[in-house]
Amino acid sequence: MDNIKMRAKLTGDNILGITEVKMIMNHLMETGRKKDDFGQLIPAYFIQMVTAKLNDKIVLEMQWGTGISKNPYLTFYLKGASLNDRISVNWVDNLGKTGNGEIMVLAA
Amino acid sequence: MQRRNFLKIASGVALALLVNPIRALAALWNQSAFEAIKINDAKANLGIVQEMPSNDIDLVAPDRAENGAIVQIEITSRIPNTEAISVLVENNPTALIAHFVFSNGALPQLVTRIKMADTSDIKVIVKAGGAYFSATKNVVVLENGCG
Repeated sequence: MDNIKMRAKLTGDNILGITEVKMIMNHLMETGRKKDDFGQLIPAYFIQMVTAKLNDKIVLEMQWGTGISKNPYLTFYLKGASLNDRISVNWVDNLGKTGNGEIMVLAA
Repeated sequence: MQRRNFLKIASGVALALLVNPIRALAALWNQSAFEAIKINDAKANLGIVQEMPSNDIDLVAPDRAENGAIVQIEITSRIPNTEAISVLVENNPTALIAHFVFSNGALPQLVTRIKMADTSDIKVIVKAGGAYFSATKNVVVLENGCG
């Protein structure tokens, strides 16, 4: 499993404030259209599904194609989180490999 | 259905899930939408019938991208009850970039980085209350980022 680098910062009060979640994933995100140095096509290899949860509740479900840049970067925003809540992210790529990351909500 | 047949099918499904749980999950990925070349085919496969331009969607992207491999975009929807956001690039080899579904307090706002093969409009389609709204932004791409 590849880890996801994550950060979650709450601005304002618990529950009422807004939590900014940033992440960067380690993945080549190959389109399947690029050729290597020997002129051979590099097979498609990319993250297809990503799920983000606040504690155990799903907050964001994503489907990705080959058009997301290499080493995918994402920021999203959340209402209803409190300090020390747990935010977790899981991905699955087209070859069935998975990755995950988890972080606690901290004060901004 | 006869009990024997039912058991046969049920055990087959259970076995398939056991052997390959990831494949079962990946079946949820909208393959036909992501493999569509034209923006209209991608939209049809996402169930988007007709979208109306809206000023309540902010789409921030550079006017010119030196390198199409990394184009940062920021999307914010101020449309009440935004459920989902789709990102499409008209002139890419396949138009659909990503599809985001929000729930349980996630705000319809995000930042990500996408690939652009050529100068093109980026189109964002927001689903809210069963209707669809859009915003577009043209980006001049100096170097192909889809390789």
